[in-house]
Amino acid sequence: MIALAVTLLMPALTALVLAFVRPAPVGTRINMSATTAGFAASVWLAWNVLTQGGIHGAQFQVDAFNVYLIVLTSFVGMTTSIFSGPYMAHELELRRVTPRRMRLYHASFQGFMFTMLLSLSTNNLGVLWVALEGATLATVLLVSLYRTPESIEAAWKYFILCGVGIAQALFGTILLYFAAARVVPDPEQALQWSVLYAHAAQLEPVVVGIAFIFLLIGYGTKVGLVPLHNWLPDAHSEGPTPMSAVLSGLLLNVALYAIIRIKMITDGALASGVAHDPHLAGKLMMGFGLLSFMIAGLFLHRQRDIKRLFSYSSIEHMGLMTFAFGLGGPLATFGALLHMTVHSLTKSAIFVTVGHASQIAGTQKIEHIRGLVRTQPVVGWGLLVGSIAIAGFPPFGVFTSEFLLLSATMKSWPWLAVPLLAGLAVAFAGLFRHLHSMVFGPSPAGQQPIPLNPVPVALHLAFVLWLGLSIPAFLARWFDEATRLISGSGLL
Amino acid sequence: MTAYADLPLIEQAIRTFAALILVTSFALLAQSRVVAAIQVFAWQGFLLAALTALVAWNSGLTHLYISAALTLALKALFIPWLLIRQARRLGILRDLDAVIRPGLTLMAAGALVIFCYNVVVPVREFTQVVTRDAIAVSLALVMIALLMLITRRKAITQVVAFMSLENGLFFAAVTATQGMPMVVELGIAFDVLIAAVIFGVFFFHIRDSIESLDVDQLSRLREIND
Amino acid sequence: MVNHLNLIAWLAALLQTALFVAMAPLFTIWVKRIKCTLQNRLPPPWSQPYRDFRRLFAKEVLLARTASPVFRIAPYIVCGTTIMAASIIPFVWVNIPFAVMADAIVLVGTLALGRFFLALAGMDVGTSFGGMGSSREMTFAALAEPAMLIVVFALAMLSSSTNLSTIIGFVLDQPLALRPSLLFGLLALILVGIVETGRIPVDNPATHLELTMIHEAMILEYTGRHLALMELAAQLKLTIYAVLTANLFLPWGISRSLDAAALGVSFVALTAKLAVLGALLAVGETLVAKMRLFRVPTFLAVAFTLALIGMLSFIMLEGR
Repeated sequence: MIALAVTLLMPALTALVLAFVRPAPVGTRINMSATTAGFAASVWLAWNVLTQGGIHGAQFQVDAFNVYLIVLTSFVGMTTSIFSGPYMAHELELRRVTPRRMRLYHASFQGFMFTMLLSLSTNNLGVLWVALEGATLATVLLVSLYRTPESIEAAWKYFILCGVGIAQALFGTILLYFAAARVVPDPEQALQWSVLYAHAAQLEPVVVGIAFIFLLIGYGTKVGLVPLHNWLPDAHSEGPTPMSAVLSGLLLNVALYAIIRIKMITDGALASGVAHDPHLAGKLMMGFGLLSFMIAGLFLHRQRDIKRLFSYSSIEHMGLMTFAFGLGGPLATFGALLHMTVHSLTKSAIFVTVGHASQIAGTQKIEHIRGLVRTQPVVGWGLLVGSIAIAGFPPFGVFTSEFLLLSATMKSWPWLAVPLLAGLAVAFAGLFRHLHSMVFGPSPAGQQPIPLNPVPVALHLAFVLWLGLSIPAFLARWFDEATRLISGSGLL
Repeated sequence: MTAYADLPLIEQAIRTFAALILVTSFALLAQSRVVAAIQVFAWQGFLLAALTALVAWNSGLTHLYISAALTLALKALFIPWLLIRQARRLGILRDLDAVIRPGLTLMAAGALVIFCYNVVVPVREFTQVVTRDAIAVSLALVMIALLMLITRRKAITQVVAFMSLENGLFFAAVTATQGMPMVVELGIAFDVLIAAVIFGVFFFHIRDSIESLDVDQLSRLREIND
Repeated sequence: MVNHLNLIAWLAALLQTALFVAMAPLFTIWVKRIKCTLQNRLPPPWSQPYRDFRRLFAKEVLLARTASPVFRIAPYIVCGTTIMAASIIPFVWVNIPFAVMADAIVLVGTLALGRFFLALAGMDVGTSFGGMGSSREMTFAALAEPAMLIVVFALAMLSSSTNLSTIIGFVLDQPLALRPSLLFGLLALILVGIVETGRIPVDNPATHLELTMIHEAMILEYTGRHLALMELAAQLKLTIYAVLTANLFLPWGISRSLDAAALGVSFVALTAKLAVLGALLAVGETLVAKMRLFRVPTFLAVAFTLALIGMLSFIMLEGR
């Protein structure tokens, strides 16, 4: 419990402190140490949960499933804040941001971390909604940090679209509460996930089904599911790069986490229904997931902005995960959990590298980014290795998880393996048609290396490689326990 | 049919207020002047607060009085005040945000209400008297607000639409489920408050970057833009 | 108790219609007098409209050279349909035998027929004013009639009948209830009535030569008894809308039998209601400025929307 309190309070208090810290370097240092301490606390929390069982309080619920996301979140938060130090210092030198906005940036970063961890650990679906809306509010001013017309537009789109989307989720939450109120006598308990999960079979299936559709649309907007994905490439491309890294690596995951939690309740409520399709939730998720996966793959081919390119790749992978969680069953769930991890790690590493690349080239236009390997080999190789990893090449972890997902699809829906494979091929081609010239082409005259910290990228990619070569036994058990929670039976 | 006339007066009043809120929603949709739209929005907030108080009285749930007070303070007073202040400082208070084809828009809104009602029919089968219609009306409020959001061109009227959407959701929470748990309601109110403040700041950013508040001009980010 | 062959009932209904027609000029002059008093002018005497009719009937009819037979028969049709409409509406007695033959939709149709001939007459002579008036009248009618019909539908759904007598009976029977559908229906009917009877802020009945006039533009070419009939029709139409408002939405006091005492009470109650409505109309007309012609469709859209919301809220909020 103390570990959870530290994990949650660390970013909340730091956000308050950072709102008043004027000098940017001090803010950067506080930011970095807070996320590091937060990561340490989350590891402690995870150790507690894995050795002594989870926390099942009225307001907070931590089990193997969300503690793994908590650790992942604070880890990516830590590495991103380490990367953001020199990156933002460089932006400050270029006068793209002012010291005052740096203060806003640091406070919002911690505020965002807090909302992410709160949505992961809360047991109350209402609080989950509040925290996810809070995440939008915390990041919207970060997207427009540079105050360019494009960034303002992206932030406006992000604000309105996500706001409207998440409003649908609130409607779904209200409907769920409505259904629960007639089963659970105490209104204070009627939105608690653990209570709802325990009483799922008694809930009115029609109401829960409609609620799930609203919640899927609402949180699906945040996941970036097609056709609600419009905000995602804009917000990723116009905000500062650390922002893109945490948006892609964390926010999308947490929104998907919310959908999965609600799917668990919906499945319970619909399982008994004779007149209703018991797999309604799963099928909807499969449909949206597959659509996002295919369409985002095609859009990869049309991108001219490097950050937009990789944000479409994020949509593609989120679609794949949504599909896999919708598929259900231990194999698909295990694969999806693994994919969540490796995607988060790889994608945030890529965004970090892309940030460096665009600082070197002075632009985000793919056609003007040339010869990275010649100018600064660390960045060039980082981008190449990251792209290879995200495209699903062995021996990286993405290959393993995609292989698991494909086998799961082959087992239960063999025909769907065809579009899945085709989509992977399309996405692969979309990524690699741009990559070669960016990494190897002749470097333009006067292109200078920039100061950077290579540790975060190396750390992330090393992890992904490790997960691809062999999943450590304790991690496999951990994933297996989470799989058992979600799908009812374990894999191992 | 006489069943309605036999309802206690307070429940009739609740329904009448629900219908009035629906009317304000239509009025918002057709209102082209910025200041008038904000005023209608304030009235909607006021009606919503009154409705919440009535529901609180009818059900005897004291925590609903708190949400009524919150709604009054936030939706009927603070947010309209903030919007009018910002609009005055931006000099757009008297501006027009022309409604394209008002007749058609209103017809579409009417069709949306019917659509929402029919969507809610399966839910109706299982629920009590008061709540079942409330969901239909609140869904209609949400849909009309969405319609307003996509038919408007000015940032400030879009924000009014956004906030009215929030009103529709709050309406659902009050009438269908007699409020949410207090912690959630406070959280939502806090989010709305922060959102309003951020929107207020945002108007200036938009104005500074494109020298206008017409969201139409926010069109640089397209799939193929160069 | 309604027997179709019951002569007394038919006679009573005819008498009621005659009373209706006779009281129409009174209602008009009542509104006019209050307006005059409010505007610090000397009010015309109560007998003024009747004297006007006598004078007009005495005068010879002047016809334009281009006038066709339509121009000549139009006043009779317009006045006739309006009187017919008046005969359908319960005035002081609810269960009139006409109600069985003609319901609220017929009422709307009858008024539309009158309007059609009025518009034809306006265009017939070929003056620009007449054509303008007709075109405006028809434009607004296209918006006002659906709104009126939706009010009728809402009432019909409420009482499961389009029969005006049944509707009034239903409203009388049920206990006093706060119904959003009736509230919005009332508002919509008032708005439609303002447009249909050409009152401020849509049209100004006091003007005879203004670019934005509607009703007066159409009857500009009429003289003598033709003009008198047209004027009577207009006054009757105003009274019809007032009586509809009073009897459909506030019917308390109206008699359900042919009992003399009940009829007397009913007459007094109706007179009082009409007096209040007329006074409200006069006050409204004094306070509100005439709106621009292009705003009238918006005005009617509001009426239509209100009527629609009335009907929807009946379905959604007042269902079983």
